Amino acid sequence: MSSPGGFGRRRFLKVSVLAGGGLMLGVGYLAPRASDAASGPFVPNAWISVHPDGRVVLICPRNEMGQDVRTSLTMLLAEELAVDPLTVTVEEAPPDPVYLNRLMGSQITGGSTSIRDAWEPLRKAGATARTMLVAAAAARWGVSAADCRADNGRVLHGSRSVAYGALAADAARLPVPDQVPLKSAREFSVIGKPLPRLDGADKARGRAIFGIDMRQPGMAYAALTTCPVLGGRVASFDATEALKRAGVRKVVDIGEGVAVIADHYWVAHSALADLRIQWDEGPGAELDTAAIYAQLERAQNRPGALVKHSGDAAAVLGSKKPIRATYSAQMLAHVALEPPNCVARVSERGVDVWASTQFPQGALAAAAQEAALDPGAVRVHPQFIGGGFGRRLDVDFIRQAVAIAKAMPGTPVQLIWTREDDVTHDFYRPPSLQLLSAVLEGGRIDAFAYKLISPSITNRMFPGAVKDGIDGFMTEGLVNFSYDIPHLELRTVIQEVGIRVGYWRSVSNALNAFAIESFVDELAHAAGRDPVAFRIAMLGALPRQRAVLECAAKTAGFAARPSPGRAFGVASLECYDSHLALVAELSGTADRLKLEKLTYAVDCGIAVHPDQVIAQIESGAVTGLINALRAKVTVRNGRVEQSNFDSFPIPRMPEVPPIEVVLIPSDATPGGIGEAGVPLVAPAIANALFALTGTRVRTLPLEDAGVKFA
Amino acid sequence: MTTFELNGKTIEVDATADTPVLWVLRDHLGMTGTKFGCGKTLCRACTVYLNGAPTFSCLLPLSSVEGQKITTIEGLRGRVAEAVQSAWDRIQVPQCGYCQSGQVMAAAALLTANPRPSDAEIDQAMQFNLCRCGTYRRIRRAIHEAARTLEAQ
Repeated sequence: MSSPGGFGRRRFLKVSVLAGGGLMLGVGYLAPRASDAASGPFVPNAWISVHPDGRVVLICPRNEMGQDVRTSLTMLLAEELAVDPLTVTVEEAPPDPVYLNRLMGSQITGGSTSIRDAWEPLRKAGATARTMLVAAAAARWGVSAADCRADNGRVLHGSRSVAYGALAADAARLPVPDQVPLKSAREFSVIGKPLPRLDGADKARGRAIFGIDMRQPGMAYAALTTCPVLGGRVASFDATEALKRAGVRKVVDIGEGVAVIADHYWVAHSALADLRIQWDEGPGAELDTAAIYAQLERAQNRPGALVKHSGDAAAVLGSKKPIRATYSAQMLAHVALEPPNCVARVSERGVDVWASTQFPQGALAAAAQEAALDPGAVRVHPQFIGGGFGRRLDVDFIRQAVAIAKAMPGTPVQLIWTREDDVTHDFYRPPSLQLLSAVLEGGRIDAFAYKLISPSITNRMFPGAVKDGIDGFMTEGLVNFSYDIPHLELRTVIQEVGIRVGYWRSVSNALNAFAIESFVDELAHAAGRDPVAFRIAMLGALPRQRAVLECAAKTAGFAARPSPGRAFGVASLECYDSHLALVAELSGTADRLKLEKLTYAVDCGIAVHPDQVIAQIESGAVTGLINALRAKVTVRNGRVEQSNFDSFPIPRMPEVPPIEVVLIPSDATPGGIGEAGVPLVAPAIANALFALTGTRVRTLPLEDAGVKFA
Repeated sequence: MTTFELNGKTIEVDATADTPVLWVLRDHLGMTGTKFGCGKTLCRACTVYLNGAPTFSCLLPLSSVEGQKITTIEGLRGRVAEAVQSAWDRIQVPQCGYCQSGQVMAAAALLTANPRPSDAEIDQAMQFNLCRCGTYRRIRRAIHEAARTLEAQ
């Protein structure tokens, strides 16, 4: 996404002495619009600490949800601190302004930003700490710091050496150096090298503690039933029978639903069936899928916001007979495998929240508001996330847990949603309608107009961030539009449709790339050109984008003309400051298609942890298959019609083809990678489908068009 | 009281007869390695062994395991388990990791029954274990790797 917060903040290094004499070093930032930037307040905190017992701790400012952030950020630190990354202890950071993600303007794990945000400050924090530790050793030995060096957690001079832990107290008393040189890419010994994930062994042995695994002394369990109609409320209920059940402790009305608190989860869950609830379904009961898309269609002639343009597309398109197409994409649920859950304790000491969350700061605000307490009275303890995909940017389940726990002051209460709750009460990937038109001239695109019509997630979550009708997430895939076209006009139209929408891995990059990369393919065929060559001809100014396209095509053995029963489709995109191209290879017939292979070429700049960059692309590919093949959320009478993995299918092992990922060596600043693998899957497969069968599918999921993937 | 053998030890649990073993493990016994994902045996994150055979604990009532043997990820031991878990480490399979207890349990059961499975046999055995992160290709590689390790022993 774009950078609502911007990069323009002054950075501070903060050093302090820990209780026990350790060195603590953090990076503070001024608030984005401090009235006096030079002397404005900064928030002291820490990312790293070196303890007298030798422990090096990274307070990890981003939440681990599979994307490898704990290991990758540890590698940034270890590279400059000169410690073995496997010896670093990682702790989850609590919500604190010091942990602000500058690319997101808040303490958020999302937008494929973690490495991009931490790249410089975290290495600087490591280098600064190392410089001070070296200085402390040099002072102790009475030698020049220039004659000392740091390696593997020790400072060395000639034949003597001293461990960091023994220097921590001395180092903490030294002035913080203003400038510390950072290693060049050639000097890296950790970044770009193989390393086991720090959380891998525990996760293979059932030892990792996710939010749902949190146990607190005296904890009770809660199950919640909410109105089947989104937005509906409790009208009345009878708890008599539920309260008779052994182990039931309380029945709590939280407005949007009724919760049972019990000694054990199964008792709470079972007792829900005893409740007699009358719902006030509200206006949401009118909603159905057709009405949602009809609202998008009615917005077709709204001009919306102009996101990117060159030349005079309207004039060229108006004076010639353009090629036109309309695309659309389905709503999707996130279905992270760990269902929403949260442990909350409300007491006279304030509120404690233990949760898997991508947004600790939002969790804190929601808990404070629900408990009617000052934010300073709330403590949020982030845990391992059993799948985020954007769902855990929302904090609805955290607010609910606090609302429920208020009924039992002092008792920690764990709220656990069922899978059915999760699928039917998600914040869905926005439904979309995309209108495209273009004029070809001399085998190239002369004019190109695009309009995305969809509800705005940002309007719901961060309304202040939508300015002049532009939602910075809807413009993903547009502001970064790669092709050089003389007359270009890219627009977004925000049209609310009555369903709550949420950020879904790769957000609008997936919506926009599906329509644009499919339509560009249509234009290549209309121009009688090879789809790879057609694209490359428009990428003159972007050598990195050209290179990934060439690499993916070559690696996959791309051929514009398919052999009988076998065809290729290509798509390319720059997103999150990374460059990608994907070739999909498809075989079979329309009623029995087989995805043979996905071949990616990726230039993400410096790959901090290369194997896990590849893992993220593989993961993005499978998420892309959810989007492409058959999953969808539909609504009838205000109720989501899907409820579990039977009605909302996600790919299984036999459906996932070989995924080859070629990383292009680069010494450019790292790009984001957590979402980058997702957007190209649908257009690459749709383009292969056209090459194979002659059928152009312009709707997602593809199987809605009557084709069938084996 | 229901009595059964858990990871080699006889235990007694006081819970309603219909309580699924999943929740007995997680809430009553504090063993959280076995995961809740769907509640309908559709994702198999809750895989345990019942008398040595993979079984899905989210719909397995406590009353049905009286006198039986249950093995969970915490109690998974032996050369096959070690080969599987060290292959998981070498191939770097887990991402979010939430499904991996179930994947490892399913993979160890497969290799116990079939020491050298083909791709198709792996697909057959693992197809109902869902991974939302999409680690399937690495899971398959790791199972082959574990099979090679076991063969070389």
